[in-house]
Parts: sequence; C-alpha cells; structure tokens
Amino acid sequence: MKAIALLASVITGAVLLYGVQDFAPWADPTSPASTHVASYYIENTVRETYIPNIVTAVLGDYRGYDTMFETVVIFCAGMAVICVLRRSKS
Amino acid sequence: MKHLQEKAALREFGDNQIIRVSTRIMVPFIQLFGLYVIAHGHVSPGGGFQGGVLLGASYILLALAFDLKTSFKNFSESMNGILGNVGALIYVGTAVLCALVGGLFLDYSALTALLPIDPIQWRYLGVFIVEVGVGLAVMSIMLSLYWDLSSGGDMDEGL
Repeated sequence: MKAIALLASVITGAVLLYGVQDFAPWADPTSPASTHVASYYIENTVRETYIPNIVTAVLGDYRGYDTMFETVVIFCAGMAVICVLRRSKS
Repeated sequence: MKHLQEKAALREFGDNQIIRVSTRIMVPFIQLFGLYVIAHGHVSPGGGFQGGVLLGASYILLALAFDLKTSFKNFSESMNGILGNVGALIYVGTAVLCALVGGLFLDYSALTALLPIDPIQWRYLGVFIVEVGVGLAVMSIMLSLYWDLSSGGDMDEGL
C-alpha cells in the first residue's frame, strides 16, 4: 500500500513538474496574465479608489464578491467544527 | 487527542515563569500589530485576513501558555460567537446596504446616499469597513477552531 502511494505521489509530481515548463517566463509583460486586466488595475486603481495598495483594492473592491465568499467559507468551516466537536456543558 | 493532552501534562510544559511572563509581555504588542495590519492594509501589505489571524494567534498564545480557562477569562466563549457572526454580517450587510440604497451589490460608491462625501472616498472607506468585518470573523473562527480541536470539544483543558 505504501509503495502504491509513493508511486502515485511521484507520478503526480512528475506530471506537475512537466506542466511547469509551459508557464510564462517570470515577469514577462506579454504573458496572458499581464495583458488582460492587470494593466487596467495598475493605471486606474489610485484614480478610482484612492487606495495606494493595488492588492487591497483588487481584493476588497474590484473582486469584493470573491472575498465575501472567502469570509463565508471560513465562517462555515468554523460553524462546522463547532457543530461536530463542541459538547454542551450541561 | 486525550493521549496528546496526557503527554503534554507529563512534561509539565506551560508551568514555567519565563513562558508566562514573556507571553504577558508579548500579547498586547501582537494585538496592537494585528490592529495595525487591519487598519493599515490600504497602504502596506496586510488586510483583514492577516490581521485577524494575528489577533486570533495572540489569544491562542494565551491559551497555550496558561490554559483554556485563562483565555476564556480574556475572551469569553459567547463573545467569540457574537464577534464571528458580527464580522461576517458586517461584510454581507455592507454589500446588501449598497444594493438597498440604489447601487449595485458591493458598489461602495452608492453609499453616498447615506453620507454625502466623495464617492471615491466612499470606495476607500468601504474597503476598510469590509476589512474590519473580515478581521473579526477570522479572529473568532481561528480561536474557536483552536479551542475545539485542542480540548476535543469539551472546552475543559487544552494542550
């Protein structure tokens, strides 16, 4: 059983490492990640929201819907652990 | 879990003057830094998640160095539940409020209908309000996860 698990991990790792070869080069301005909306955020964040930290502006404003459900997911995880583990004192 | 608790009790960790005194000195500074990370997230790296984890970690440190009873004395169980719910409610409530006063969901600039300042200033403020909500929720959920997992759910004694 351990040998199968080891084999599965090694094969998965090898596939992932093979996939890494297709990544865009580090800090390449022509990579798809840098050409879509990133330049819009860099140019317009301070003008539109007054927030100097672009990461916070994207997290809290432009992608606020995503962050809201991140919070809800954490909240649900906590509620689930309380429901499963906590026993009442009485 | 019981096995881990017995092992920890045998080694008599935490019954140490040095650990107690240094924890008592460190906890206020960790909490101050957590508040700073939440409030200053607009300008420097940080935000609700990171600041909330710092605040929660300060209470976990108290629970580790003393025991669960001491951490209940500083931050009660019911208050923890209230703050966690309020935190999530602040975020969702702000979002719904934006929709109610005539804007889009999560469009903070619509809140000028409530307090007439610059709409762009409202987007700045809205992100701050939301970050406070995230910080509160993350802090209390972190702490309640530690309480439940370390005591096995009966909240009597931790690790």
